[in-house]
Amino acid sequence: MFAGEHGLQGDPRLKAISDAIRVVPHFPKSGIMFQDITTLLLDHKAYKDTLDIFVDRYRDMGISVVAGVEARGFLFGPSIALAIGAKFVPLSKPSKLPGEVISEEYVLEYGNDCLEMHVGAVKHGERAIIIDDLVATGGTLSAAIRLLERVGAEVVECACVIGLPEFKGQFRLNGKPLYILVEPRQ
Amino acid sequence: MSAFRDQDPRIHGIQTKIRVVPDFPREGIMFQDITTLLLDPKAFKDTIDLFVERYKGENISVVAGIEARGFIFGPPIALAIGAKFVPLRKPKKLPGEVIKEEYVLEYGSDCLEMHVGAVSAGERALVVDDLIATGGTLRAAMNLLERAGAEVVECACVIELPDLKLFRSLIDSDSDYLDLAGS
Repeated sequence: MFAGEHGLQGDPRLKAISDAIRVVPHFPKSGIMFQDITTLLLDHKAYKDTLDIFVDRYRDMGISVVAGVEARGFLFGPSIALAIGAKFVPLSKPSKLPGEVISEEYVLEYGNDCLEMHVGAVKHGERAIIIDDLVATGGTLSAAIRLLERVGAEVVECACVIGLPEFKGQFRLNGKPLYILVEPRQ
Repeated sequence: MSAFRDQDPRIHGIQTKIRVVPDFPREGIMFQDITTLLLDPKAFKDTIDLFVERYKGENISVVAGIEARGFIFGPPIALAIGAKFVPLRKPKKLPGEVIKEEYVLEYGSDCLEMHVGAVSAGERALVVDDLIATGGTLRAAMNLLERAGAEVVECACVIELPDLKLFRSLIDSDSDYLDLAGS
């Protein structure tokens, strides 16, 4: 679901957030219109508003885990975790996390990739949200959901700054709701 | 300079939350793992608060964080002190026009990149990373900011490794570093 359709209709912060995102054509490959959130991070008010919207949504939901997908999920997840009193759990590409990890493979357009989480970071029964900057195919988020469910956590929602329009309405990823602030810019 | 050690009671709590993982990523390295700090909301908040208390009111408009663990500590500090956050990344991660700074590793070299236009001349900047070891990455970060005309006020790290003789000799006299919890 999109924030502008559920509870934040007409909220001027959403337009400012969208306007602060830069589109870089043909990155990393020809034909891809890359949604660059680094320009959002340069706009203190828009960046703060982004986080405030997520914090306001999740602060009273009994969330004890904010899981963020490396690396751009790290730009949003920790601030949300700090504001709602939850722990932050990084989900990383292989060989980045030291110590014992569990791994979840997922499919790319060509080949596979893998997401890892520390053993012991999340306890059975904890309520979790997963954060990334953007959701496209949902492959990475699906892997993240599976990692958290494998250790017995309840994934309450996945939250992204940017999401494709097909995620409007009651779309669910692995049965989990998606909460998205803005659509990609052209 | 470990400015806070032995002074602030929050430091001990932060120090005890950092986990040491032996032989990662290679044999002989005792890896300082901050992910266990992030699992303790109070200790993580104390870490950020200590930095914010130091830098608030210093007219810092840029917090630059080094990928990827600098992305965990930098943004909360930037948001609290009213600064923008600028990610410094490995090659080919940042889209659009970048400036690059190469630095030396134990074997070979690596490269740090920053977006053109992210930082303006005359801005006062802070560099943030989880740990300082040889200082090579921090030095590259400082160079990138200075090439864009910024003034690096300080480098801030959660952890300092004890053997910093080499690093101290590379530091300009008017740029300093600060760590919270020497190992």
